[in-house]
Amino acid sequence: MTDRRPIEQGEAMKNGRPGGTTDWKGSITERGTTMDSYYGRPIVKEPVWNPEIPWYFFTGGVAGASAVLHGVAKLTGNERLSKSALYIGAAADAISPVLLIKDLGRPERFLHMMRMFKVTSPMSVGSWILLASSGAANTAAALELLGILKPVKVMANAVSFLTGPPLATYTGALVANTAIPVWSEARDELPWLFGASAAASAGAAAAIFTPVEHAGPARRAAVAGTVAELGLMQAMEHRLGFVGEVYKKGEAGRFAKLSKACTVAGSTLIALKGKRSRTAAVAGGALVLAGEVALRWSVFKAGFQSARDPRYTVLPQRERLSKRKKGAQ
Amino acid sequence: MTSLAEPTGAPAAWPDTWGDEAKPRMGFFTDTTVCIGCKACEVACKEWNLVPEDGLVWTGESYDNTSDLNANTWRHVAFIEQRKPLKLDGETATVETDAAVDPEPLRWLMESDVCKHCTHAGCLDVCPTGALFRTEFGTVVVQEDICNGCGYCVPACPFGVIDKRDLPRSPDDAPLALPLFGKNEDGRVWKCTLCYDRLKGGHEPACAKSCPTDSIQFGELDELRERAEKRLEKLRAERWNGAQLYGHDENDGVGGFGAFFLLLDEPEVYGLPPDPVVPTAHLPRLWRSTAVAAAAMFVGVAAAFIGGSE
Repeated sequence: MTDRRPIEQGEAMKNGRPGGTTDWKGSITERGTTMDSYYGRPIVKEPVWNPEIPWYFFTGGVAGASAVLHGVAKLTGNERLSKSALYIGAAADAISPVLLIKDLGRPERFLHMMRMFKVTSPMSVGSWILLASSGAANTAAALELLGILKPVKVMANAVSFLTGPPLATYTGALVANTAIPVWSEARDELPWLFGASAAASAGAAAAIFTPVEHAGPARRAAVAGTVAELGLMQAMEHRLGFVGEVYKKGEAGRFAKLSKACTVAGSTLIALKGKRSRTAAVAGGALVLAGEVALRWSVFKAGFQSARDPRYTVLPQRERLSKRKKGAQ
Repeated sequence: MTSLAEPTGAPAAWPDTWGDEAKPRMGFFTDTTVCIGCKACEVACKEWNLVPEDGLVWTGESYDNTSDLNANTWRHVAFIEQRKPLKLDGETATVETDAAVDPEPLRWLMESDVCKHCTHAGCLDVCPTGALFRTEFGTVVVQEDICNGCGYCVPACPFGVIDKRDLPRSPDDAPLALPLFGKNEDGRVWKCTLCYDRLKGGHEPACAKSCPTDSIQFGELDELRERAEKRLEKLRAERWNGAQLYGHDENDGVGGFGAFFLLLDEPEVYGLPPDPVVPTAHLPRLWRSTAVAAAAMFVGVAAAFIGGSE
């Protein structure tokens, strides 16, 4: 249910609560413009998603990128790495649907997702991708474990190989395709950010579970993934400008900081010591994984914070309107 | 894909999908200039649609104790107390508003807000189960026996209308098939149906029926639009301060509203977005970007194998 507690009095006055004076109108925003609001109340609704969702963004990313890691390792003859990636991917692929179903308001109706395929709904498209990817990866892992039905296993691997990358990036499209300003305005970066985070996560996980002499590609994926992700995050915040300031505030800000600290420390450790020391690879991998979880949480929380403050909804729209007006003149 | 949210006056594929059953597009024109804030619409809506109680609180925000539209409030009357003249002669208040007596005249704006039944509806576009659909009247309705509570429509609405209902399940409800995930709440999303059941029976929606001043006008959308334009002309001629139509333009970001408004100030004053855009307007580009990002991730991971196993 919507939080209908009255907002704090001080806050209300600041946000343009009708008072007895003529200058009640509008809060002075940080950009020096004035804006009206309805008692400072939000315009768009905060998401109703639970903690399962950011965790799924993480596990889905691990599953998607692990499928690629597994496939390429297999093709290049790195059997040991391919095996780690296969089982990591299968585990992540097994957890993912459980998290998603648990988050539904009516979990017993999860099969309703399969009533249609709808290209206008990233969640619909994603459900089908996950169904294919999860089914294929788990089939492949089970057959590998049992050592039977090799042709079926190869087929399953191929399906998982192809559905892995979209599984890792569609979640970016999912959150970007909303009315939440900080997600919607970041539509050019989010799929890329989530893809980079997925590559880093899968690389880090494989580096933990693979002996150092076979884990070179996993380490490089982890390091390259974190580097790309840090760059993308920077670019996203810069381009978002005012709307992106939620990444510096509150929980989203704390998760963003934690994410940066963990990924930088973890990938540095992997890059410098991961080649010789398994301990360093495990510690570095764990740090990167923690950083990637924190990143997903940061993006998740940013959406809530962005919805909560009507300025993020109104001011960019006002800017858009005045630009259009100027263009028309 | 390219037909997504193109600036047209008609919802995608509608009314062709309905064939012979198609009806003219119906909607609301809410003329806030005659709203008296009686909240009869809120009450009638709750009664007719069996919408549950949603908390009894005093907000201290003028006469508004409902605050916003949500799963359990489908009509919401907003109250705004302003130190602004009701009528303007250029930049100054007209004599009618007694500006000479009170240099800061008070005006009290009231607006009965409702689901906009957008031409390009974000909630409907993103619904993965097909629970949200376009009716033969061109309205947007949730099928509650299909909705599985994924919640995607909630942040997809540019107006923050649709919402998830969390209430204890009725003891009569069938037991959940998955006890592992047992939940003791309704869990589905709810919003205004434009009284789909009443429309089917040839009646006007409960809120419009109960409105004593005809602030809420129900009818064929085309006719309502004409009526609204005439009303706006009259108000402008009478120099009403800030009179404007909201959601009347077929070329706006959601292709025009099925339920539009005549306001006396900027939309954000009423808690409405000034330039709403359906999220799916950007989807073709977003899908392309997602596909390229997926390919880049693939190439990136494959490139990590250059240099061998170590």
